[in-house]
Amino acid sequence: MKKRVAIVGVGMSKFGELWDKSLRDITLEAGMYAIFDSQVSGKDIDAICIGNMSAGRFTGQEHLGALAADMGGLGHIPAYSVEAACASGGAAVRQAYMAIRSGEHDLMLVLGCEKMSDVNQSEAMRTVGVASDWEWEGLFGATFPALYAFMARRHMYEYGTTEKHLAQVTVKNHKNAEHNPWAQFQKAVPLEVVMSSGMIADPIRILHSSPISDGAAGLIMCSEEKAKQFTDTPVYIEASTQASDTLALHDRRDICTMDAAVVSSRDALKKAGLTVDDIDVFELHDSFTIGEIILTEDVGLAQKGQGGRILDEGITEIGGKYPVNPSGGLKARGHPIGATGVAQIAELVLQLRGDAEGRQVDGAEQAMAVNIGGTGATSIVHVLGR
Amino acid sequence: MAEHGVAQIWRKIKSMYNIIGNHCTTCNTYYFPPRPVCPKCRRKGHLEDYKFKGLGTIHTFAIVRQVPEDFKTQAPYVMAQVELDEGTRLTAQIVNCDAEDVSIGMRVRACFRKITEFGHGGLIVYGYKFEPTMKVTGHKR
Repeated sequence: MKKRVAIVGVGMSKFGELWDKSLRDITLEAGMYAIFDSQVSGKDIDAICIGNMSAGRFTGQEHLGALAADMGGLGHIPAYSVEAACASGGAAVRQAYMAIRSGEHDLMLVLGCEKMSDVNQSEAMRTVGVASDWEWEGLFGATFPALYAFMARRHMYEYGTTEKHLAQVTVKNHKNAEHNPWAQFQKAVPLEVVMSSGMIADPIRILHSSPISDGAAGLIMCSEEKAKQFTDTPVYIEASTQASDTLALHDRRDICTMDAAVVSSRDALKKAGLTVDDIDVFELHDSFTIGEIILTEDVGLAQKGQGGRILDEGITEIGGKYPVNPSGGLKARGHPIGATGVAQIAELVLQLRGDAEGRQVDGAEQAMAVNIGGTGATSIVHVLGR
Repeated sequence: MAEHGVAQIWRKIKSMYNIIGNHCTTCNTYYFPPRPVCPKCRRKGHLEDYKFKGLGTIHTFAIVRQVPEDFKTQAPYVMAQVELDEGTRLTAQIVNCDAEDVSIGMRVRACFRKITEFGHGGLIVYGYKFEPTMKVTGHKR
């Protein structure tokens, strides 16, 4: 029988434009908080896995595995980073899950980090853009927001989704982030403000878009036997799945559906022996608000095409039938690319422990995170339970 | 080592200037950009070069206002996914019409244009953009 994998500690750096902190500062901060939270000591850690998209382009530094082991004073343990664009963090969690489940490692430090504000906005946009098919989309002038605008425009055309729906996701996620001390934007934003914010790629406005952020998140993951040494309330990873799709959006079967998310979320529920109605809280990848709308459909919270309309009914709010992004999501918590997938898991661990304070989903016992890379070319899903 | 971007663009000239992709004779699927392997047939596939007619329909579009450095002089501009008549889609700019006149389902045809410049004094990249067919033929569709 394969080993069950537990999460016994979570840590976060503040998310935001952190001009006084370097990539190594925030990464170390998240890792140390995760270690303190878990009660493990440095010598218990077998290996480090880091999710990061593009430290080389954002900061001029690669080789983050060795950097983290060095900064943390963790000696000669194996350490490496993994990349899957915006799903790099989820990929790091999944790598550690597989390493522990196989028995190769017993207890790992998982990190996700990105320092995006050390380059100017234009360079940051260019680097974000390489998550798409750079040679056949980006080179011709399709920015990353433009690609999500392609999805939004088509979703509006096919299903009658409105600009108001795009804005309602922002309003909900900002409202949730008011209670998240790590979030980049801990403040509510009125619907009218979202709907009159600047257009960046019609129909996508600046307030439909996640920000440029610095930040890091960390987890301590270990086998079930080991977990009992450190805590009476571990959170377990009930399933970890991943799926791929075409790199370019123009090659997809349907640009209003992320097939990789459909496949990986169904697969995850099957492996966990659950249905979507058993899940109490979701973190879905809202790099642009149309992303959350599409994912609510792809995961099965709404019928195809109804992802906009369910916002009118409030079912994805905290207290609704399917709470989505109580952390504030990428939109309001911030989206330091490689950190996002790990931060989603950190949020859900807090939710399952009952430690999420003002944004707590009452009695949450099962949770799901969907972390998307590019415009849907990678989808990584984790189902957690306690 | 090649100058910034030169070899990277030069090796794609055939496709970018003339919309040459490929066609799998095993499953009768057209690909643009050209693929090294037919993803449907893999080793059983047989790919031949194919020059697309350059006619298609707008599948979706965006008006890009926050633009990359190399596109500053063109802002704002319309980017679209064009569904070519052979059945594959590509991503290209729409030119020769006002942004507010662009719509899903609009018929377009390829034209040869400057795409961008890699900075001041850098490489000039040429390739396909698309324009409304009615401008040329006078016919609506």
